[in-house]
This record gives sequence, C-alpha cells and structure tokens, in this order.
Amino acid sequence: MTRYVIRRMAQAVIVVLGVTVITFGLQHLIPGNLARAILGPRASRTAIAAFDQAQGLNHPVAVQYLDFLGRLVHGNLGYSYRLNQSVDSLIAHQLPNDVLLVGAGLVLALVIAIPLGIAQAARRGRVLDHTVTAAAFALYSMPSYWLALLLIAGLAIAVRAFPAEGPQAPSFGGMLADPRALVLPVLTLTLINVALFSRYMRAAAIDTLAQDYIRVARAKGAPERVILARHVLRNSVLSVTTLVGLALPAVLTAGLVVENVFNVPGVGLTYYTAAVNADYPVELGITVLVGVVTAAGSLLADIAYAALDPRVRYD
Amino acid sequence: MTRPTTTSGVARAFARQRLGMLGLALIVALVIFCFLGPLLYHSDQLHANIDVTNMAPASARPLGTDSNGFDILGRLMVGGQSSLEIGLAVAVLATTLGVAWGAVAGFAGGLADAIMMRIVDIVLAIPAIFLLVYLATVFRPTVPLLIVVISLLSWLVPARLVRGDVLSLRTREFVQAVRAMGGRSPRIVARHLLPGTFATIVVSATFQVADAIILLATLSFLGFGLPPPAATWGGMLSAGTTYLPDGYWWEIYPAGVIIMVTVIAFNFVGDTLRDCLDPSTRMS
Repeated sequence: MTRYVIRRMAQAVIVVLGVTVITFGLQHLIPGNLARAILGPRASRTAIAAFDQAQGLNHPVAVQYLDFLGRLVHGNLGYSYRLNQSVDSLIAHQLPNDVLLVGAGLVLALVIAIPLGIAQAARRGRVLDHTVTAAAFALYSMPSYWLALLLIAGLAIAVRAFPAEGPQAPSFGGMLADPRALVLPVLTLTLINVALFSRYMRAAAIDTLAQDYIRVARAKGAPERVILARHVLRNSVLSVTTLVGLALPAVLTAGLVVENVFNVPGVGLTYYTAAVNADYPVELGITVLVGVVTAAGSLLADIAYAALDPRVRYD
Repeated sequence: MTRPTTTSGVARAFARQRLGMLGLALIVALVIFCFLGPLLYHSDQLHANIDVTNMAPASARPLGTDSNGFDILGRLMVGGQSSLEIGLAVAVLATTLGVAWGAVAGFAGGLADAIMMRIVDIVLAIPAIFLLVYLATVFRPTVPLLIVVISLLSWLVPARLVRGDVLSLRTREFVQAVRAMGGRSPRIVARHLLPGTFATIVVSATFQVADAIILLATLSFLGFGLPPPAATWGGMLSAGTTYLPDGYWWEIYPAGVIIMVTVIAFNFVGDTLRDCLDPSTRMS
C-alpha cells in the first residue's frame, strides 16, 4: 500500500510538472513577445529591453522555466499587468466560492446519483430504469449553458421562484448570505453531474448484483433491501471514488460555464474576464491551478480507492 | 446472441436498433439541412438588416430574425456547416492520432509506454476548454485551426482505450505465432493488433464527434469561437440569451435544440455501435 501510494504520488508530481511545462510553453505562443503584448505595439525598444530584463525574459529558456517553476512553488501564479495585481491575490478570496459552488454540485449529485443508480440496477428494464436512463441521456447531451438557460427560463422567468443571477457579493460570507441565488447555479451543476455519474452507478451496481457473494446473500435469505444497502451500496460507492477523480475536468469545465452564465464571482468568471481582456498571465495562472487541482483530485481518488477496497493490494 | 463478425452482420444488427437508426436518420437530416438547405432557402447571413431586428416567426421567416436582423432558420443552416465539418474532421484526426499513439504505447510496453501514457495524463489534467479559450485569445480562430487544436486535445481518450486493447491482444497466441514466423513489429501492429481494436476505434470516433461539437459550441457560447461574420450555433445561443427576459424564444430555443439534437444523434449512433460491436456491454 505505502509503495503504491508513493509510486502514485510520483506520477502525480510528473503530471504537475508536465502541466507547468505546457503552461510555460503556452506563454511563449503569444505573438511577438510578452513585453509587446503588455507594453503595447508602440513601446520603445528600451522599454521592451527593460521589461525583459526585469522579468528575466533575456535568460535562456531553461533558466526562465526554472524561474517560473520556482515562483509557482512559492504560490506565485503570475502577475496581471492589466489589473496591476498578482494572480494569486486576485483569485485567493474567490477560491472558497468555487469550492462551495463546485463542491455543493458534486456532493448533491453523489447523494442523488448513487441511490438512483442502485434503484435502476435493482429494477433493470422497468419503467423507472428507462425513464432515468432517458433523462440522464438528455442531460448528458446538453451543453451546461443550455441547461442553465432552460432553468433560468423556467424557474427564474416563467415561475419567479429563484433569481436568474448567482450571489453577487464577492466574499464567501456574501455567497452564503444569499442562498436563494445559489439555487440555480448549484442545481445546474448537480444535474450535469448526476447525468455523468448515474450511468456509471447503474453499470457498477449491475456488475455488483451479478457477483457470487450477492447470490450467497440471497441464498441465505437476506432481504433485498439489506442486500442493496449493505453489499451493493458499499461496493458501488467504491467505483464512484475513481469516477469523481476522472470527472474532475468535466466538473471544472461546467463550473467555468455556470459561473459565466450566472455571473457568480469565482475563479471561472475571473478566467473568462481575463480571456475577454487578453490578460494572458491570469489565464495561464488559473490554467496551472486547474491542472494541479485535477492531478491532485485524481491522486486522492486513486489513493482512496486503494485504501477503501480490501481486495486491491498493489504491492 | 453471437458477435457479428462481418460488416454486413454489424449493419444488420445496427438496423434492428431503433435508437441507432433514429440517430443515423437525424444525422443525415442535419447534413441535408445544413449543406443543401441554403440552396433552397435563401437568406443573407453577411449583412445585418436593422429594419427587421428581433422579428417574431412569420410565414416569410419561419423562425424569425435575431438582433442583427439575420434570418434564424438560414443562420442555423450556415452555423451547422462549421459545427459538422469541425466535429467530423476532429473525430477522424483525433482518432487517428490516438490510435497510433495508443497502439505504439501498448505494443512497445515498458519505459516507452510509461512515458507515452504520462504525456496523455498530463494533457488530460488540463480541461480542454481552458486551453482552447487561451489559444483563441492568442490566435484568431479559423475552421482549420479549430480542427487541429480540438484534435490535439481530443486524442487522449482513444489513445487510452486502444492501448488497453493492444495490451491484452499482444499476448495472445496469434500474435506469438506471427512473431515466430518472423513478422516484424510494424506489421504485427498494423495487420494483427489494430483490426482487433476496430470496435473500440469506431465507437470512440462517433462519441468524438459529439464531444467536439459540444466543445466547439461551448467555445462559441463563451465568445471565443469563429469570429464574425461566421455564424455558429453557440454564438446564436449566446446572443439570444440577452433577450431571454423579453420572451424572444426564437432567438434561443432553436439554436439550443439543434445543438442538443446533434449531440444526441451522434450519442445514439455511438451507443448502438458499441452494443452491436462489443458483446460484453450488450444488454441481454
């Protein structure tokens, strides 16, 4: 187990390093050069030389990369010349908002998708199964913003049940103080995640139901309810840990779109605003952060899986 | 039910699946609508016309006009062309790249496999939309550029799937036999391993079209797709959003519905192909 965890962590470090290499490379795709992009097309040569000097851009590429990596290790995600503010300070106070929004969408989706998938597997081929499969299929084929727009049209405009806009207070406390405004963004994310998870939950539960130990439990006269709650649920939750790790990029993508549609002040919206303003350092800083979060998430999911499943022994 | 082994066998099994045939019919209808439609239904999608902005559907314009006075039905047709072109091209390019990568990694094994699969992990760690939006702010998006960039971000899943298939196939007796007869590695991969992964390849390519169309529409919705005067489904939906409270439904729902229908159609076909080609996932 320890050896597996160490090997898996080494892999995660490689992935994170790779993400930094890609981001560093992307920085060099900016047409002309960074100095021109920031100082403007009419900047003088001296100004550009001074900028390159100050930013270390006159060093060899390898040295520049190590500088970049060194800054990242210290939590420095870059500097927005447009906003005259460091990227980390820009997004630091928004991160809790994202954790709340994306986390609530994820947790609620699991709470719904796990029992739903098991219920589908238990009543395979019946009306409930077909209905849920069809609904999940439709949701799965919907871009997240389209679902968000439908929910706004239905629940914010036709029936004025909830505001069409997310909480507008930039602080975490402000987000919590306006729970009604959180409903539609969280509902959108939840539904998207349910569609993502319930298909796998159903398949995992069907697999589990076909196992020998279920047959043994049935033969011993265990009621179906106990079988589902004790054997199927426990084993299916296991497969969901891996799934959550794998689904993180999709979940974060939905977060970006939902923050944009509902105008929720979070890292996703900041990324969008930075892209509109061609504020490259902010875009890249957030991209590194997202890559690290994804790598860390899949690492945690794999370790959790290894720890939870007594059958999995990696050494 | 045994696995159909011939192309005509798969085609017959596919033809029995209602959802798959529905998906196929929808795809054919969409292609006709987008590529032949403009020949029959003429509309100017280049010049804004401020005399007819936000007009409700009427007999002359079945789906009304948008805030620039563009005819929405005609715009759906034109916007669909780029979506379908990019979606199909990405599926071909990304699948080719992914299959080659996965086959080489799975067959080579060892260090080469480890390095190649770590590269896949690295690119997978960054959600595609973040990279796409960044690239769209650095370069001006064009159809060929979007095809290349979306393909470069989409080959990872087929690479993983094909590698898995090749890993299990390469230890089989028939591969050992070819090797004993002196067959060299490229020949083994091309003639004996890749045909065994055919089912995986075809199914994954179909889903790639759906994924690429969603990704593209998301990019356009956020405002980083093909720049004006190009019409895009995502862009139409995004522009229509402004008028949601005004009740101009025709500026929102047609674009949203056509994106969804297109994605569902390719997913139906992909699901059905998987059921027909792969016995292990087939419902009894």
